[in-house]
Formats: sequence, structure tokens, C-alpha cells
Amino acid sequence: MKALTESIGRFVIQSTLSAGRGALLMRAIIFQLPQSWHMRREIFNQMHVVLVGSLPLVLLTSIFVGAVTAVQAVYQMQSMVPLKFLGVMISKTVFIELGPVLMALVVGSRLCANYAAELGTMKVTEQLDAMCIMAIDPVRYLALPRFLAAVVMIPILTIFCNGVAIFSAYVVSVMTLGVSSGVFIEGLQMFYKHSDLLGGLAKAFVFGGIIGMSGIYNGFNTEGGAEGVGKAVMTAVVGSALSVLVADYLLAILLFQILFKK
Amino acid sequence: MDQTHETHPLPDMKVADPSTFAGIVVEGVSKAYGPKTVLEKCDLVVNKGETLVIIGRSGEGKSVLLKHMVRLLDPDEGHVWIEGQEINGLDQAPLMELRKKFGFLFQGAALFDSMTIGENVGLMLKEHSDWSEARVMERASECLRLVGLENAEDKLPSELSGGMKKRAGLARAIVMKPEYILYDEPTTGLDPITSDAINDLIIKLQKELGVTSIVVTHDMPSAFKIADRIAMLSRGKIVYVGTVEEIRTTDHPMVRQFIEGNSRGPLGAF
Repeated sequence: MKALTESIGRFVIQSTLSAGRGALLMRAIIFQLPQSWHMRREIFNQMHVVLVGSLPLVLLTSIFVGAVTAVQAVYQMQSMVPLKFLGVMISKTVFIELGPVLMALVVGSRLCANYAAELGTMKVTEQLDAMCIMAIDPVRYLALPRFLAAVVMIPILTIFCNGVAIFSAYVVSVMTLGVSSGVFIEGLQMFYKHSDLLGGLAKAFVFGGIIGMSGIYNGFNTEGGAEGVGKAVMTAVVGSALSVLVADYLLAILLFQILFKK
Repeated sequence: MDQTHETHPLPDMKVADPSTFAGIVVEGVSKAYGPKTVLEKCDLVVNKGETLVIIGRSGEGKSVLLKHMVRLLDPDEGHVWIEGQEINGLDQAPLMELRKKFGFLFQGAALFDSMTIGENVGLMLKEHSDWSEARVMERASECLRLVGLENAEDKLPSELSGGMKKRAGLARAIVMKPEYILYDEPTTGLDPITSDAINDLIIKLQKELGVTSIVVTHDMPSAFKIADRIAMLSRGKIVYVGTVEEIRTTDHPMVRQFIEGNSRGPLGAF
């Protein structure tokens, strides 16, 4: 019983400390935002890395997301809902939920692992200390470009994912599920609302922030050698995936139950 | 240890008023990691322009002490003064300004993997001066030449040997013409010839640039060659400070055991 209480106490203290350190890092990054212009080359470099490295993954994921959504939507609508609603069902599912969440989980995991491993290795090999001695703030030089790249690129990749998924759903519906092209397109336009697309992109923006912070925070706080880097990567990826799912629920309430509710 | 300490008073380890002292003063610094105390009320004075070597067994906290001098670590207790300025209370901006006076050679060189050697050496200038890229690279090449690494500008750290990495790290440490250079085990893991070349470089830099050097090492031939004074750290405290000649002739049991490499004595074997 005593051991259990101690474990719970240690967990609570560690979690509170981590939350506090995370908040301080977030504040430090925000304070460095005015330096973005000075760091533009490194920011574009990081964005380029995210874009080029993620595009094949995004393309493949989006094609199958669209295809599966179409097949399952047709199955569920069978003899209950007219097929003219297929387009609207697919577009709302992809724009509001599947696009942003899958991008955050698939691309986000890759990005988060990359940040945690890169910065964690720099930490354990004293490269971060070297940067401090050189009077270069690692938050400005390393964290800011990576954070901004995640916050900007996740929504951009989500837009790309939305487009590819809808196109893929269209191709599958028309070529294999017997839905006519006109009916699918009419369905897409039928109940389209800008708020669906904007809500999804707002989610992607927040998810980008969560992914960036998780990777950077765990990288900066890596302890030990190779084992520590491995642990940091695992913690960053699991932490970011769980945080994305929790944030998805909270954002769904905020955006679609409060802000966009008519 | 306390008994030994009492029989060997250390007049060089304190100054009357650190706020008016031109060099570095470490005053009562303690540092613990969990239950392990690494430094315990440690005192040390580094005079401007001298080469002070800190010796001691592995794991005694020499690197930890060095990192306190540039506030890479904050002490649990005590103060560090640099040119009369107490650095533990400094805000980020003045601390950064102060760090520009320092060069630091890390044990593993700590070169940035993703940058070429030229970019590594030139980074500090690029960040803290309005020099053109060409001028920065020219200065980086000059520093690399000084450490015997001509034409290494475009190489990546992974393409260099251990000794070359240390020399590249040294070139990076001197690029801004620092007033202080801190060396963390500069010769560890190097062959005797490369070690001696590094020692010559440290002496050359001290003579040519007039820097204050603090060298952490347990390589005694190296310490004897480069030091003006040698301080020995044991069990969290500086237990002896003296010139090379004083260290060679002292009867301090810890120092004797260490410099003779004897497994029997007050320091223990493990």
C-alpha cells in the first residue's frame, strides 16, 4: 500500500514538474517569435524537411483514407440513405476528423520522433551545452524553427490530404461502387460549409503545436546516452498521440458545439 | 580528509572581495545529484592570464566544477564570480554577453553533426557579428590553420578522427578571441603524440592570445607541461593548490598518491 502511494505521489510530482517545464518552454518559444525573421532561413529549411520528407507518406495515407471512407460509407448507406448524400458524408468526415487527426498521428509521429531524436542526441553529446557557451540560445536557434515548421506544415499537409482523399474517394466511388460522377460532386457541394474546412484546419494548427512541443520538450530534456534518446523518442511519440486525441475531443466541443454552432 | 585539509592550508582559494577580483572566484559551491554529493562547499580562485589545471580522479566532479564557471549548471549552494560579477543571479541577456568572453573545449568536442567543420567554427561569428559570410569563413579557415586543420572546412564531423575533432573544437573555441578558454579533458583518448600536439596548442594559445585557461584533466604529463598552477579536486573539494614545482615536491598524501598513480592511499583504489 505504501509503495503504491509512493508511486502515485512520484507520478503526480513528475507530471506536475513536466507540465511546468513544458509551459516554461512554450513561453520561451513565444518570447522568441519576434526573432522569426532573423531565423527565416532555418525555419524554411525545417519546413522543407517536413514537406519533402512527409509527402510520400501523406500521399499514400490520403489515397487509402479516401478509398476506405468511400467503401464504408456506401456500405453503411445501403438501402437507408440515398447515394446523393455520399459526397457530403465523405467530405465532412475527411475535412472535420480524418484529415487533421490522421495527419497528426501519421506525419506527427514521424515529425515528433525526428525532433526528439535529433535534439536528444544533441543534448547527450553536449551540443546543446556548446550552443549555450557560444551565447546562442537553443530555444531561438533550434526550438523556434522546428515549432513553427510543425505549426505551419501540419495544416498545409492536412489541406493536401483532404484534396487527395476526396479525389481518391471520388475515383473509388465512380469506378468500383457504381456511383455516378454527377451524383458524387452534387453531394460534395450539397451541405458544404466553410466552417467544416476551417474547423479541421484549426484542429490541425493546434495538433501541429502539440506535436512540435512534444518532440522539442522531450529532446531538450533527454538524460543519459542512447537509451535516454530512445526513451525520449518513445515518450514524445506516445505523449503527442495521446495529447492529440484529447485535444481533438476538446476542440470538437469548442469548435462545433460552441463557436460554429448556429 | 578534513584532517589533511587542516594540515595543508590553502591560501590561494579565497579572495577578500570577489566583487573586485579580475579573474574567476568559485565560492562555497555545492552540487548534488539525488543522494550523490558531487561538490561540497568548493572554493577556487583563477587568476587572470594564468593556466590553471584541475586534476582529480574520474567522477570526482571536475567537469561539473568547470560547467559551474560558465553557468551551464547552477549550484545548489554557493556563488561563482567572473570579473567581479556574480553569475548565478544574472538574467539571460547579460549572461549571454558574458559567455562571449569564453571558449569551451568539450571532452567529446561537441561539434554540431549537421554542420561542416567550417560552419561549426564560424557559427559564433555569424551569430554575433555583422561580418559577411566570406569574412566569417576566412576567419574560420584561419583558426583551423592555427590548430593544424588546413582544408577541413568542408568536411563533416563524422569524417574526422578523435584528435581532429578535438582540434576542430579548439578552433571553434578560439574563433571569437575569447579571454577565457575552458578545456574539459583535452587529451583524453588521444595517442601520446596527438596529446602533446594539443598541449603545445594550449601553450601557444595562452602565449599568443594571452587567455586565461582552465584545464580539467587527469593526464599528469599534460598537466605538468601546460600548468602555471595545479589544483586537486577530491570528494567535492579542492584539497591542494600549488605551482607545478610545489605539486611535484609536496608530501600531501592525496596529491602524492594521484601523481604517482598508486592504488594504495587516502584516495582509495575504487
